[in-house]
Amino acid sequence: MGLGISLERMRYLKQYFKERPPTDVELQMIGQTWSEHCFHNVFKGDVITDDGRLINSILKTYIMRSTKELDKDWCISVFEDNAGIIDFDKGYAVAAKVETHNHPSAVEPFGGAATGVGGVIRDILGVWGEPVALTDVLCFGPLETRYDELPPGVKHPRYLYRGVVAGIGSYGNNMGIPTVSGAVIFDKGYTGNVVVYCGCIGILPKDAYVRNTRRGDLAVLAGGRTGRDGIHGVTFASAELTEEAEELRSAVQIPNPIVEERLRRAILRIRDERLATGITDLGGGGLSCAAGEMAYRSKLGVDIELDMVPLKAPDMAPWEIWVSESQERMLLSVPEENLERVLEIFSEEDVEASVVGRFVETGRVRVFTRKTVVCDLDLVFLFNPPKVTRRARIPRLTPAWVDLKEPIDLAGEILTLLSDPNIRSKEDVIRTYDHEVRGCTVVKPLHGEEAGPSDAAVVKPLRDSWTGIVISCGVNPFYPDPYWMAAASIEEALRNNAAVGGRRVAILDNFVWGSPENEDNMGRLLKAVEACYDFSKALDTPFISGKDSLYNESPLGPVRPTLLVTGVGIIPDIRNVVTISLKEEGSRVYIIGSTKEELRGSAYFRLKGVDGGEVPKLDAKLSRSLINSLIRAVDEKLVLSCHDLSEGGLGVAAAEMVVASKNLGIELDLGKVPSNTARSDYVLFSESTSRFLVEVDGARWRRFEELFSGLPFSMVGRVARGIGLRIIDLKNGLHELSGSEIKKAWRGY
Amino acid sequence: MSLNGFKACVLRTGGTNCDLETSIALEEVGIKAEIIHMNRIENKSLLDYHLVVFPGGFSYGDYVRAGAVWGKNVLVKLRIELERFIEEGRLVLGICNGFQVLVEAGILPGDGVSETPSAALANNSSARYECRWVWLRVENNETPFTMMMEKGEVLRIPVGHAEGRFLTRSEKDLEELKKNRQIVFRYVLPNGDCANGLYPFNPNGSTYDVAGICNRKGNVMGMMPHPERAFFGWQLVEWGKTPPERGDGRKIFESIVKYFRERIY
Repeated sequence: MGLGISLERMRYLKQYFKERPPTDVELQMIGQTWSEHCFHNVFKGDVITDDGRLINSILKTYIMRSTKELDKDWCISVFEDNAGIIDFDKGYAVAAKVETHNHPSAVEPFGGAATGVGGVIRDILGVWGEPVALTDVLCFGPLETRYDELPPGVKHPRYLYRGVVAGIGSYGNNMGIPTVSGAVIFDKGYTGNVVVYCGCIGILPKDAYVRNTRRGDLAVLAGGRTGRDGIHGVTFASAELTEEAEELRSAVQIPNPIVEERLRRAILRIRDERLATGITDLGGGGLSCAAGEMAYRSKLGVDIELDMVPLKAPDMAPWEIWVSESQERMLLSVPEENLERVLEIFSEEDVEASVVGRFVETGRVRVFTRKTVVCDLDLVFLFNPPKVTRRARIPRLTPAWVDLKEPIDLAGEILTLLSDPNIRSKEDVIRTYDHEVRGCTVVKPLHGEEAGPSDAAVVKPLRDSWTGIVISCGVNPFYPDPYWMAAASIEEALRNNAAVGGRRVAILDNFVWGSPENEDNMGRLLKAVEACYDFSKALDTPFISGKDSLYNESPLGPVRPTLLVTGVGIIPDIRNVVTISLKEEGSRVYIIGSTKEELRGSAYFRLKGVDGGEVPKLDAKLSRSLINSLIRAVDEKLVLSCHDLSEGGLGVAAAEMVVASKNLGIELDLGKVPSNTARSDYVLFSESTSRFLVEVDGARWRRFEELFSGLPFSMVGRVARGIGLRIIDLKNGLHELSGSEIKKAWRGY
Repeated sequence: MSLNGFKACVLRTGGTNCDLETSIALEEVGIKAEIIHMNRIENKSLLDYHLVVFPGGFSYGDYVRAGAVWGKNVLVKLRIELERFIEEGRLVLGICNGFQVLVEAGILPGDGVSETPSAALANNSSARYECRWVWLRVENNETPFTMMMEKGEVLRIPVGHAEGRFLTRSEKDLEELKKNRQIVFRYVLPNGDCANGLYPFNPNGSTYDVAGICNRKGNVMGMMPHPERAFFGWQLVEWGKTPPERGDGRKIFESIVKYFRERIY
């Protein structure tokens, strides 16, 4: 039957069903509800470490604890609904959610990625949000991988890349939601396990956030029809990918964005007329999870009539209907007196909707087909499965010396880094996503006449407010120490946000990891989660939502452990946003933050094939001071342009600013960079955290320096016309690159 | 004359997704705009309006061909009214998917409604969706949609489409369009010179770099670029030190206002 229930839990079930055997519908429902994908057994279970600690729920102990301790009054709903909700402006709130859709995308890249987008959009609709922006972060194996390197069952990265990019574009473009932010990463660690993160940001009037399902309310199922597509999607997603995964193509859902577009219109009209008492989307586990969760969270029960569910195929078995993950469906609880109006709205928008059941006071989920009960389960039992215990071996990074000769041609090194697949322009991807639809995109993914890479995207969602939502991400899977990797990712999300003027940032965590049954994987996960607590607390940025995708295993081994941190900030007036393009000849260029010999896992060391030295670490107190001063400088309009220093360090950041600029370049004196190294290449390519390159108004630099007094910063050069980069190294050597050389290396044309 | 009497109808159907920002642009210049779903158009009369806009999106998923299904739907539901509407000199504007709809319905580039489409908006020659800011040159500034512009003026407006390559049936058809001054906008280089098909300035491979056309009378216009996305200064892709006051797309909406003001029904 493919239940995906462990032997231990099967024994527990045997105990529970002493009086009668369970039905297939019940077993399937339990299988879905208790899957890793739906229940997050590992994050909610116990962890025993090899140094003798017992941790009860790493989710509560680390991630949720920091949010609780920070206790921000602008957090409206965190970790409890389909999406995290924070306060915005003029009575509106912002909802945010990021999901992964790795397993389906590995089997059927177009459908897998498209339904990933569709699913996360429904998460926003599921908190009554109007979607206003999408994000996507994608990780693939190297595109030049040879076919004979691939074991059976692993699809070629180029095939996956094309399919995933097309799938994401298709869904977002068709729905008319701009895809504004993201990243594309290539590495061997993703060849067997493609990673697809899809995020959605929405807005809603605060008083429209209704979650108040009452006894007697009707369960209304609306949207697409229910079919055999997407059966066992969650149990599939909770298992390892094997050669046989192809057989599970039916676990991947079929996307139809136009149905969801109509559904969105109808849902928002129902919201605005306040006709429903509750809503949730049908995602993993389909109707079984949606109906069960909605009843359970309202401390009610639910009776469902499967005969009332509109089907794609008439001969579906009851359990198939119950767990099918067919797309574009939402479940609403509607008071009887509003039913007529609700159905009228659905019909006006060409959306099929049917009453499939009723919320009752039983505390049970009962499912009927042809008047027969085929499922009758206690909800408390269902949502409290026996806890899982995992063992973790705490990783210790082996120190390694670095043996790397300092290169003479620094300009050449910059060009090589700029054309690295992980750094070079992602224009081929970005332009196939509509990032302008809705007419609200202020800072675009490729900004300026010369289309340089923005640090973060800004959208202006309300017509009568200048406040903007600032969307950024941080992801550093190459830093080998999971603790500092997580720290750097959190700070990168904040840095990118601050670089355009964003503040009051809430963050979302998305873990993509290998099997938690492996103690080393679990140990790395634990260290990363510890860093999430330490640094979200220290950086004063609460987690509001998150999701983990474990069991990313393939014949090529586990996925490269990857934590994506998505930052959602605000800027009070979008007219003050800062972009990356240089603005004025002669203005001063400053570096903020200090540069250390921290290159382990950096783009430069990876290029050189070197592993050793120190990973970038993070001084949270310093980071906060630097970012706060930068925001003040932005608000006082001292900052003309800004770029954060991340992959490729100062060299790449400066070059990217030149890419975005027309006829303007930067003169850079490495001797003026506050640093602890004597090597020019390290100053240029170190990936130390908390650093920005800032162009400052030539007339008001004194005020800028005043704002940073006591902090590490230095003027390192000036903006000049007609050049690209002119770098003076630590030994007074001159390295020059023209603007067109830099642009060609980064763009590839 | 006040604009109070002039009303615009922004049509939508399943998959339309630029109706809201298009209405906002109309309202910002003072035209009252109503968004009406095709399912409810039967209860309304088109003749209550002075401007009908077919906005952008992916109507009916753009299955078959972009705009094909909505185009036929328009003919079935609205043909007689729409013919009279155009005949009377009222305005019809199609943006992106709306342009595709007007072509598929045979409303552009002909006069009145032709039995079969006489032009097409084919797949981009890059074979993919293209979202980018382009430069447009105003070829005809004597239409109701361009009267606030100079001839030869270069506008900065974004495109976002996968099917925007304008094709005519024959060279002769193209010559007809040129002769009748039906070509309103062409893709050009930043300095205003012809793009001559050069990618990405001509983002889709359109014949003769055509970005927008009108009917012979000039009261029906279709264009691939999105003026509603270049309406406010803050929407623009490059700001300089501060956001500009306004975007070039605004001029299309302002032209409509000027036309309404000068014209007495």
